[in-house]
Amino acid sequence: MPSTTPLSLTGYVVWTGYLGNVPVFACGDGAIALGTAGKVVRPHAGGILAAVASDDGKAVFTGGDDGKVVRTDAEGTSTVLAEKGRKWIDQIAAGPNGAVAFASGRTVWVIEGNGRSHELTRPRAVGGLAFFPKGLRVAIAGYNGVGLWFPGTAAEPQELEWKGSHVGVTLSPDGANVITTMQEMALHGWRLRDGQHMRMTGYPAKVKSVSWSVKGRFLATSGAGVSVLWPFHYKDGPMGKAPLELGGRQEMVTAVACHPGEEIVALGHEDGMILLSRFSDREEVLLHRPNGAQVTALAWSRDGLELAFGCDTGAAGLVDLAG
Amino acid sequence: MSAPTSAAPIPVTVLTGYLGAGKTTLLNRILTEDHGKRYAVIVNEFGEIGIDNDLIVDTDEEVFEMNNGCICCTVRGDLIRVVENLAKRRGSFDAILVETTGIADPVPVAQTFFMDEEVRKMSRLDAVVTLVDAKHFLDRLGDAPEAEDQVAFADVVVLNKTDLVTPEELREVELTIRQLNPYCTIHKTTRSQVALDAILDRGSFDLQRVLELDPHFLEPEDEHVCGPDCDHDHHHHHHDHDHHHHHGHVTTHATDVTSVSLKGGTLDPNKILAWITETTQAQGPNILRLKGILSFKDEPLRYVVQGVHMIVEGDLQRAWKDGEPRESRLVFIGRHLDKAALEAGFQACMA
Repeated sequence: MPSTTPLSLTGYVVWTGYLGNVPVFACGDGAIALGTAGKVVRPHAGGILAAVASDDGKAVFTGGDDGKVVRTDAEGTSTVLAEKGRKWIDQIAAGPNGAVAFASGRTVWVIEGNGRSHELTRPRAVGGLAFFPKGLRVAIAGYNGVGLWFPGTAAEPQELEWKGSHVGVTLSPDGANVITTMQEMALHGWRLRDGQHMRMTGYPAKVKSVSWSVKGRFLATSGAGVSVLWPFHYKDGPMGKAPLELGGRQEMVTAVACHPGEEIVALGHEDGMILLSRFSDREEVLLHRPNGAQVTALAWSRDGLELAFGCDTGAAGLVDLAG
Repeated sequence: MSAPTSAAPIPVTVLTGYLGAGKTTLLNRILTEDHGKRYAVIVNEFGEIGIDNDLIVDTDEEVFEMNNGCICCTVRGDLIRVVENLAKRRGSFDAILVETTGIADPVPVAQTFFMDEEVRKMSRLDAVVTLVDAKHFLDRLGDAPEAEDQVAFADVVVLNKTDLVTPEELREVELTIRQLNPYCTIHKTTRSQVALDAILDRGSFDLQRVLELDPHFLEPEDEHVCGPDCDHDHHHHHHDHDHHHHHGHVTTHATDVTSVSLKGGTLDPNKILAWITETTQAQGPNILRLKGILSFKDEPLRYVVQGVHMIVEGDLQRAWKDGEPRESRLVFIGRHLDKAALEAGFQACMA
């Protein structure tokens, strides 16, 4: 088993990622832990509900229950980008050129890297946010579908409709498909060029974590004892094709992270176990033994040689695959 | 060092009541009094609470239908999100309190805690507490069906502002509450001064705990109150229901919501469970609550069942005690209930 550097953090790990070479963990109690030497900053007055790395990978954007959106870099220097009073900022996404989108209730805000800000009120609460890979365009999931919004233009958002509550959204890396996770334990997709629907069902639990594999060939998902990976490299996407199923335990997969360079995926489980699985032959490597804590965050280092993980209890660590 | 494992579910109290019934006063008491518990509070009109507390969250009630073809499978999407967010702050609070707007239907709130798996794992519904304004309740019944639902659905009713009405008026309000919901606990009070332990940590939805708290929960309380089809006088003897008097009846209000109490001996478990499923499937939208303690043939343990619309939970509980009559009781509270049909269906399940 690869060696692990354990870290004991103070709260539920909401997000982890690498800023340059520095592993960073954002915790529900408000702590942002940087590196392995115990450096912690607390730029929020309360807890952190959502976090995402900026598109250049140099900073993390966090949304808090203090209504603030904060940018923190690898040195731990924080800048408050927005203050929305009593709102809980529980949705956040990073876009091109330093843009950040965030939401509370029915309102979405976008702040561009140059400081220009935009606001949009949706008919229903925002369930998820994602930027398109190119251009300043945001997908906003909610009840009965997704709105596609060009901030800064007067145009009404384009509406993609599908009945039900959409609680998360992601764009395929080529920008061709919008995929949502649903309250109803399914994924739904729209192929943008012709509006073709994609239904991806059969999960025993809500899908809380998704990750695109290298070149966007597969979308790996949590929400079952296996990780279901939907193939997007066929002409018609995953429709009519059997998905790849990796792992396979009684315990649910709760977090997934595809490797940045290889067709392998890290699977975090509800009991703390982390497995590495290869697409081609389903070969598995145990990265972390069960510790009774749910894996809530996973991220690969840029070179793909280290995996950062965090759990709901504050247990966290770095798995070294080179050593 | 061993990593802590996931903790016990957090109790959730739902506070309902029509505008002006005293919810905000009660909420302020819960937030300020020394009761040893830290509450995360989910409100809809933050402005009314003059207390600064970072665990108060203001949310827009967002009711939606689950996309499963069932019209009564409604949940509160905003609550799912808030509870998921609160999961990230575990350890900073001990319990959750949900205040609904005056006109809210309490059912989607309750169903959220049964229908969403994440929410269910993290929290458990403790009780639905409804505040009733003694002075205005009867008027509200005429113009606001929500007021009726809130009482019919309650585990605990706080009958507030009793100093603003005469004893006769109070009695009429109480009778009407009993008519809507014979099995809730009623606390009479003024200025929301109910003892907090009477409304918090009740375990009303906990099959194991309900009967330990009050072994007679399925029997009407000592102040037995007439339903619309009852023709006897009131008496104050415990469990001495000789229905022979024919005078002095207090007129009850015409309400859509009624309750049906079924009583019988030992049941055939297969028949009764199938019948409860069929009944709740067919009449789910009309059934607000159901509760029962059932005696099964060849089964030494009591079976306890409770439900909200089509969501029904049941489990074998403790053993029947020596000398305890092996009786089955099942109560439905809802709209347009066909008492005769329910009675016939229930009796057909006897072992």
